[in-house]
Amino acid sequence: MRLPVPLAAEIAAARAAARLSRLAGTGGGTTVPGKLLWKLDPSAVDRLAARLPLGSALISATNGKTTTAAMAAAILERRVRLAHNRAGANLVSGVASALLDARNAQLGLFEVDEAALPEVAMRLRPRAICLGNLFRDQLDRYGELEHVAERWRTAVTALDDRAALVVNGDDPQVGELARAHSNAVVFGIDDPRQGRSSLQHAADSKYCVRCGTPYEYLTAYVGHLGDYRCPACGHARPALTVRATEIELHGLDAVAFTLALPDGDQRIRLAVPGLYNVYNALAAASLAHALGASAGEIVTGLTRFDAAFGRFERIAVGDRRLLMLLIKNPAGANEAVRTIVDGAAPRVAVIALNDAIADGRDVSWIWDVDFEPLIPGLQMLVATGDRAAELALRFKYGGLDAAAIDVVPDLKAALDRGLELTQADGELVLLPTYTAMLALRKIVAERGFVRPYWERAA
Amino acid sequence: MKIRVGHLYPDYLNIYADRGNIAVLTRRAAWRGHELDVRGLSIGDAMDPAAHDLLYVGGGQDREQALIAHDIAAKRDGIIAAAEAGTAILAVCGGYQLLGRSYRDFHGADLPGVGLFPLETVAGERRMIGDVLLECELDAGVRRPLAGFENHAGRTHLDDGAEPLGRVVAGFGNDGESGYEGCRVGRAVGTYLHGPLLPRNPWFADWVLAQALAHATGRDPEPLEPLADELEAEAHRISARRAETRGGRY
Ligand SMILES: [Zn+2]
Repeated sequence: MRLPVPLAAEIAAARAAARLSRLAGTGGGTTVPGKLLWKLDPSAVDRLAARLPLGSALISATNGKTTTAAMAAAILERRVRLAHNRAGANLVSGVASALLDARNAQLGLFEVDEAALPEVAMRLRPRAICLGNLFRDQLDRYGELEHVAERWRTAVTALDDRAALVVNGDDPQVGELARAHSNAVVFGIDDPRQGRSSLQHAADSKYCVRCGTPYEYLTAYVGHLGDYRCPACGHARPALTVRATEIELHGLDAVAFTLALPDGDQRIRLAVPGLYNVYNALAAASLAHALGASAGEIVTGLTRFDAAFGRFERIAVGDRRLLMLLIKNPAGANEAVRTIVDGAAPRVAVIALNDAIADGRDVSWIWDVDFEPLIPGLQMLVATGDRAAELALRFKYGGLDAAAIDVVPDLKAALDRGLELTQADGELVLLPTYTAMLALRKIVAERGFVRPYWERAA
Repeated sequence: MKIRVGHLYPDYLNIYADRGNIAVLTRRAAWRGHELDVRGLSIGDAMDPAAHDLLYVGGGQDREQALIAHDIAAKRDGIIAAAEAGTAILAVCGGYQLLGRSYRDFHGADLPGVGLFPLETVAGERRMIGDVLLECELDAGVRRPLAGFENHAGRTHLDDGAEPLGRVVAGFGNDGESGYEGCRVGRAVGTYLHGPLLPRNPWFADWVLAQALAHATGRDPEPLEPLADELEAEAHRISARRAETRGGRY
């Protein structure tokens, strides 16, 4: 039998572990204390969360959960003190660490791994859950999409009736969850001018959640997100409570849209690009609104929002700039490619493919990414990372001349090669997978161009 | 030469980047002066056994596989007749299972298969996930390696005397126990290996193309002109090393 340890002693031990981890330089110590606390006493997480006077809100999605949570934090943090797992540690241990870190926090705001959602929700008993999208992602780790959807249904069924459920109505599987809960907010895009005529290659959830017939899309915005209807049984996008209309894309710099809330319209200008960030902003605004934020607070928060770490970053490196966009699954990478090409197709790109657990050990997903729009403009692709050769093959068989592909597995050497190919005052596009992004940021930080993320997050 | 390819259910069975395999076949044929004419064959389309030199079937999630199971059963006679007439067939993952005799799913329900491959598949509790390395001997006396990635809950059991695609050097293979992977019947090959399979195994891509060309010309398969495959060799080397260091084992 385990001896009961007082919560205060557990917390002190876990905080000491965090300090040691930072001193040892092993990488910010973002989950070490949470893991320790988790080992000492799993239910301590429940008790820590129960201390938050305003409760907790959870955010999950295959793509955009870190950005959505950062946007929600930008809206909410003016008024309330947050416990927020900003560095993206999104399993139960990461939530525990954020709870330990934030003394005197009033509200918990946590991004949560898709698969971990039922357990985190069971422990934290959130007052709001925001669910963004379900895309095919790391099948070697999460299993099939259907299994993740099943876990989400479980979490929603167990949710307190008074808790707010905020869902993306443009995603058939996610929108369907609203029908199972009385207090639901449904967001989506309503701007057919921004749509695509057909679904992208890697689109998921093409088949009716009720009867299996392929959906007809009046408009598809990002992957399978859009305005859908089943021609056989009539299952369709639910009515939207919060909408984005009149969207204007401004290349790589910004996107503007009208946010239609139940209590009026607001014009928003985001300092990050792309339709997928409109989805992130809609999710954050809908969640903040459900938590009581005013329209003014939402506008101010979204306007001053700066991209979440590593997801979309511009870093000055001497007289050149790096433009780094994280890629991690087909839907997200398609949007990164679309965003870049809408700005101006790059002549040089460094694409980094690693295959650690956090990247997905199965690299087959790169073959489902529509990299083709990059190919006509590329004079040189620097393929890097542990699976650089595999990435090079993706482009070779996509039609890029083998002479325009440089395989440089070492990330440092690849970055230097890319910078050397970039003219002065020019911008080098970097598309890394998760662990490659961390490593590239570390390389840039060592050269003094950017602070490590745990300092920034503090 | 025009090589006619029937791609079965491209809308439903495409989970592990099956279009990568098609892209490799298309380019490698083109580099030898052949044209790959790829047509989708989906639900409701007639299966003409003489219309193709190569049939390709990819993998899908359980839901998608269930959606097309009824239709592929209706194409059964056409697929068998095509195979008997020497059409080349490559079936990966879910497609491999569907071309067997039957698939028993997680809930114990039986989905009938095409019955081209002499095997049965039963869904197991744990998925077999990881890098795989095989040793194959498709042409007598010539042993060659195949490197890929597997991710399947199905345990596939070959009938006695059935020919596997290869011997498992590292990874799980058909059922995690027999030491074999895949199945071969003449010019038809089924396998769990994706990755996708063909980019990092160019010899096998060329073997499949040679079988399809043999059907197109009515002659015996002939070796194809070699290509510069340094990148492919490097990707293969890394994939094979992954299998050796972290391929699945019970
Ligand atoms: Zn329907």
